[in-house]
Amino acid sequence: MYYKKGIRFDLWTFVGLISVLFFGIFLVIPVARMIIYAFHTADGAVFAIDNFIKFFSRAYYTNALKNSVWIVLCSTVLVIIIGVPLAYITTNFKIHGKKLVDILIIISMLSPPFLGAYSWILMLGRNGDITAFFKNYLGITLPGIYGPGGILLVFVLKLYPYIYMYTKGALKKVDASLGEAAESLGYHGIRKLLGVSLPLVLPTILAGGTIVFLRAFADYGTPRLIGEGYATLPVLIYQEWVSETGDNAYFASAVALIMMLVAAAVFLLQKWITGRKNFTMNMLNPPKPKELKGIGNVFAHAYVYLVVFLSTLPQLYIILVSFRNAKGVVWTEGYGIGNYINVFKKSMNSIINTYSYAIAALVVIVILGTLFAYLTVRRRNLLSRVMDIFIMFPYVIPGTIFGLILLMSFNKKPLAISGTAVIIIVSYVIRRMPYTIRSSAAILRQISPSIDEASASLGYGPLQTFFRVTMHVMIPGVISGAILSWITIINELSSTLMLYTGRTQTMTVTIFQEISRGGYGNAAALSTILTVTIVLSMVLFFRLTKSEDIDL
Amino acid sequence: MAVSIHVKNVMKKYDDNIVIRNLSVDIEGGELFTLLGPSGCGKTTLLRMIAGFNTIDEGTIAFDDKIINNIPVHKRNFGMVFQNYAIFPHMTVYRNIEYGLKNKGLSKEEIKKRVEEIMDVVQITPYRDRYPDKLTGGQQQRVALARAIVVRPQVLLMDEPLSNLDAKLRIEMREVIRQIQKKIGITTVYVTHDQEEALAISDRIAVMNHGEIQQVDVPERIYLRPYNTFVADFIGQSNHFTGTVMGKNRNAAVIRLQTGLTIEVENVKPLPKDEEILVYVRPEEFIFTDEEHGMKGTVVVKRFLGKYINYFIDFGAGDPVEVITDTSRAERIYEPGETVFLTVNVNRINLFSKDAKITLIEGVTSNVL
Repeated sequence: MYYKKGIRFDLWTFVGLISVLFFGIFLVIPVARMIIYAFHTADGAVFAIDNFIKFFSRAYYTNALKNSVWIVLCSTVLVIIIGVPLAYITTNFKIHGKKLVDILIIISMLSPPFLGAYSWILMLGRNGDITAFFKNYLGITLPGIYGPGGILLVFVLKLYPYIYMYTKGALKKVDASLGEAAESLGYHGIRKLLGVSLPLVLPTILAGGTIVFLRAFADYGTPRLIGEGYATLPVLIYQEWVSETGDNAYFASAVALIMMLVAAAVFLLQKWITGRKNFTMNMLNPPKPKELKGIGNVFAHAYVYLVVFLSTLPQLYIILVSFRNAKGVVWTEGYGIGNYINVFKKSMNSIINTYSYAIAALVVIVILGTLFAYLTVRRRNLLSRVMDIFIMFPYVIPGTIFGLILLMSFNKKPLAISGTAVIIIVSYVIRRMPYTIRSSAAILRQISPSIDEASASLGYGPLQTFFRVTMHVMIPGVISGAILSWITIINELSSTLMLYTGRTQTMTVTIFQEISRGGYGNAAALSTILTVTIVLSMVLFFRLTKSEDIDL
Repeated sequence: MAVSIHVKNVMKKYDDNIVIRNLSVDIEGGELFTLLGPSGCGKTTLLRMIAGFNTIDEGTIAFDDKIINNIPVHKRNFGMVFQNYAIFPHMTVYRNIEYGLKNKGLSKEEIKKRVEEIMDVVQITPYRDRYPDKLTGGQQQRVALARAIVVRPQVLLMDEPLSNLDAKLRIEMREVIRQIQKKIGITTVYVTHDQEEALAISDRIAVMNHGEIQQVDVPERIYLRPYNTFVADFIGQSNHFTGTVMGKNRNAAVIRLQTGLTIEVENVKPLPKDEEILVYVRPEEFIFTDEEHGMKGTVVVKRFLGKYINYFIDFGAGDPVEVITDTSRAERIYEPGETVFLTVNVNRINLFSKDAKITLIEGVTSNVL
């Protein structure tokens, strides 16, 4: 609040410097190092494009790129085909149990993607229950779930909620009178839909599609578990990194750079398209769901229930399986809580790690996120513009890559934190803070700066004003953002997988390992613990925010 | 004794856009001083410079003789009422009002006493435990006012405080503000674009345009004797005529309007014969008369408004002219198409030079420092 000529030095300048330092050390420098490494070679060249030549000259590598882009594009298109009609139906027509439908969709969206892969393997894999049922009782051998088909299945069922949520949000903002206006001009049914509603929500669908693309593109767990030989880029990077040949840090960096460029290109393309096609609408009459009659009604319900059932099935199945008795990698007769006892004996460490790292990261996220949000909204200057860009970074850097670049940057002094819990927490903070910043910033944007000024006029300095007034007003936004950060932290696999050591493994890592070695019982028990945590967090979210939607 | 505010040669620009140019004004202790002007004239910018929310690029602002340019906002000791009230949404009415007192080192009893006292004055005691979202606009306005004055600031600043209220409430709150301000005798700077509000509430008004003060004076002088055509047009309405100086008749200037009417106006600055000037006549300053004394016109529009009758009359030269008469004083009501004869109240009309657009009436000054 204190204005003098030249640079103002107050609390917020200080917070700005901290944020630059923080993102500088843990984001900008590591990314820069990765870019520099991408041009290094094992024989000591400092600037050479050998790595890229190697990548583009071998089918093994180019196939991974092709695989990645192809499977992700297919998923995005399918997700839109499934998600948009779903959103259209639930906003415009009455669906019984709509609240439950929404909650189930959100839960399936917020569960870790690789759990879906795992569950489908349990059902339709080589030793899967459904596979066995068809084989033993019907004599039919089902086509395998493994390979691109399986990846597609998991991606689509996991990611359609994003499109659903985005499109639903946009459709809710299309004034009902627009549809009525279209009808008065002679547009009915499908022509009305294609002529009015769809063009208006198209920018939103594109934005959702981009998120889906980036999520699928970055996912390591799913292709690794269910892809079997259908290698995608994240899998490739991981393999290059862990294999023992020495020059691979450089090559892995080059692959990571290629991946990041693809992601950034998609992201910027979407920004460019939607930037040119943004509609502002006056909202007077929100759309009201109508009751459908006859076959249409049956069809609408069947469609909604089927999609939700299929996407919830993996979760439910894992919970069921977690109570099935197992001995090592073999299922035994009957049901009980043996898996849970096992898990608490064997993997207590990773359970504790998950929660303690998540809490530590969350504390940092809430403190920094709140301050940074204030900075980006109320202090528009060069610094906060740079911050806005930093906040977008995690969307385009896949977790595997981020883990990799943190490892490369912090394996020696002055900050030798590789292998410690600190590096995992840092990764969580950088990658999951954007949720908290965005949601805190959103609420702050709706509040007039004059309440800060009122406080200053009543004799409170900038610091006191922030803690006595501004912060209180931001709290609802901070809480809803923090819960999302929390859920996505405890779900995190891809960067943790790069960063963990024996002592610092988390539940997701343990689940992943158990799946890899066939310990399905333990994996299911741990997954259930995770799912229960997420559901409880969701309940808390809805209680505290009193909303029915989640803004991602 | 209430503090006076001295604004001296102040300048403010955003990038290359000068919002306030070399502005000086003295605001006396205890008066309610209004900055009035169209949007973008710099009035809010000036107010926010006094508050400290905007920097002062050049010049000084002082409370009494203490220059406040470099005193941070929270140490300036002023109260402010914002256009959107800026009530803290997470505090009750009581907590909102108490907020400013809590860092003043007062005893708990003293704080309680003062808050309750002021809640009584602005009449919001029944709502003391409500949160702002359960208050009407008028109640929020009262809370904002109470919160600003309970700390007994040196200066009270009000930024369009009534613009979000409906018409009836606006008049009611205008009286509340005026009474309370007089009661506690606090120097108040009031910003508005509503001329009627400014006339009703102010001790003195500064009319602003393009970052400069056009005229400073008491409300009636601003209305009756505008310094230039901007003030004449911005405050109330004026009908514009052009006139030619015919000569002098004793002390009075003889002026012939383009509509054919010849008038004699006293207290006019010396003018050369045949000089073209602007003659501004407010709608209520016309007098219906006979053929011998008036200019001939035709009624184009008649609007009967109860208390007043509103006519538009065509004199055959220039746009139709607006004329307002009191219903109680009207001998008869004219219908469209009727021929009428009108003269003007020569003591109430204003003359301006054609090029500088500044008043030609003797003794009228802008009072701009």
